[in-house]
Amino acid sequence: MSSFTKIIENYHWDSMQKDIYAKTAEDVIYALQKDKRTLDDFKALISPAAKPFIEQMAQKSAELTKKRFGNTMQMFAPLYLSNECQNICTYCGFSMTNKIRRRTLIDEEIQQEADYLKSKGFDHILLVTGEANKIVGVDYIGNAIDIIRDKFANISMEVQPMDQSDYEFLKAKGLYAVLVYQETYHRQAYKKHHPKGRKSNFEYRLTTPDRLGRAGIHKIGIGALFGLEDWRTDSFFTALHLRYLQKTYWKTKYAISFPRLRPHSGGLEPKVEMTDSDLVQLISAYRLLDEDVELSISTRETETFRNNIVNLGITSMSAASKTNPGGYVVETSSLEQFEISDERSTEQITEMLQERGLDVVWKDWDKTWC
Amino acid sequence: MDTLQIADKEFSSRLFTGTGKFSSSKVMEEALLSSESELVTVALKRVELDNEEDDILRHLTHSRINLLPNTSGVRDAKEAVFAAQLAREALETNWIKLEVHPDPKYLLPDPIETLKAAEELVKQGFVVMPYIHADPVLCKRLEEVGVQCVMPLGAPIGSNKGLKTLDFLEIIITQSNVPVIVDAGIGSPSHAALAMELGADAVLVNTAIAVSQNPVAMAEAFKLAVKAGRMAYNAKLAPIQQMAQASSPLTSFLHE
Repeated sequence: MSSFTKIIENYHWDSMQKDIYAKTAEDVIYALQKDKRTLDDFKALISPAAKPFIEQMAQKSAELTKKRFGNTMQMFAPLYLSNECQNICTYCGFSMTNKIRRRTLIDEEIQQEADYLKSKGFDHILLVTGEANKIVGVDYIGNAIDIIRDKFANISMEVQPMDQSDYEFLKAKGLYAVLVYQETYHRQAYKKHHPKGRKSNFEYRLTTPDRLGRAGIHKIGIGALFGLEDWRTDSFFTALHLRYLQKTYWKTKYAISFPRLRPHSGGLEPKVEMTDSDLVQLISAYRLLDEDVELSISTRETETFRNNIVNLGITSMSAASKTNPGGYVVETSSLEQFEISDERSTEQITEMLQERGLDVVWKDWDKTWC
Repeated sequence: MDTLQIADKEFSSRLFTGTGKFSSSKVMEEALLSSESELVTVALKRVELDNEEDDILRHLTHSRINLLPNTSGVRDAKEAVFAAQLAREALETNWIKLEVHPDPKYLLPDPIETLKAAEELVKQGFVVMPYIHADPVLCKRLEEVGVQCVMPLGAPIGSNKGLKTLDFLEIIITQSNVPVIVDAGIGSPSHAALAMELGADAVLVNTAIAVSQNPVAMAEAFKLAVKAGRMAYNAKLAPIQQMAQASSPLTSFLHE
């Protein structure tokens, strides 16, 4: 059985990092001039040597994105179902040791939150939980999908990693996509930031996209959480993961997200800062590596930043998000997983996108196809 | 050394050849030796299986040359499996070049029967090398049933037209987890070099050598072209220069 663990064995963190930092302006120019780029070219494009070329990279990224995706932006909204969690993640507001009031939505509350999002125009919905298998296990999520399936065209989830059979079960209920971020591909740092709970198992998390691929889930989202380790090296490993998955589970679509560590209650200061300029460089580099991959941005990012990147590579975004269970209508004051930076309404976001020549796409799937 | 591994064999030469259309077995032998090819396909239907002194086989007994029997002539999966079994018995090799072309005019491969036969032959322990259209999806389906490589065509077999399927070959090369061998249509050394520059793992050439005025010299020309193409691929080609484009800046906000 195919597994990314066999691939990653051949790539050592330190030597990959060294490679990236050894790239020169010549390597960057070479990568920019090609039509099809390799992972080695990607290393050059995310390297410090590419900093003077960010404008050129952004131009190319914009051009390729327009060619493949047209003048569109796919919208989605997260629906937080629960903040229960049995993991300790040093950077997360839901971490087990954080003294916050825990809440898990009941059926009626899920309905209310879903109705609200539907009324705001959303048709693609992302279900989010912490990791608490007894409270919000596969049955709970299956039930949540049953409740909302008739309302939405497209249902994704970002929850704990599961077994292949769980994914098959949820797919049959109408699940379209699963997002599961490795957080960091640096083994030791991963251990440090996830000392307790099922999430402390690096391998199980790393092989989750393999299980998703085998289960035939339509779309898989991957990524690293920036701030834990060197973002360049983590991004290289994400790209390596992407290439492996594309070759192995070739019927699946892929998406990349770029979460930067945001403040939360009891929070961790980022070890490595990723600047706006770094993030523009990275988004462009991914697009130059892959014309088809979906690139997604959340409301973690600021208004100004989001306004400026919607034309240069991003293909889907959330808007007016709440990252607390019940945050839309049920209990608006409960504690959020992380701070939202862009608090504009869906109407304001729509207007901004239209001003920039983009058609706002609410529905691009149908519940009858699952 | 930049060798090519397929199943349990390692090849120093990335030029695979065929045995058809030569003016004599003697010329064939000389040309194949001149090509330095290590994998030579032979149509099972051409071999006199009950004759140990078969003319073709007699000229192929060199330590460098591995025989790759092909199923040319079969029209469906059932016949292909039977032919492969026959080849295994007669030539004592479990390697098989799977060719299913029901159409006698263009000899275009039948994708559905090829996939069916490949699945069965893999189960029976064959090293399966399927000759197919340059169809990226079919390549992935074949990979899934366990073939050891894929052999997409560059143009109709024997046409010498070159890489007419270039765009699809590029997709196949990008996506494949097994070696990609461009088979059929390669008419000149420059076509072979181009396939290698694109990243093909090997090429298979027959007609262009056999039908040349001087097959021995042409075989050597192909040998050099394949080497040159592979070297260029490894050395990484310089990109085609594009003119700079002036447009309004996208990243000036970073400096505000």
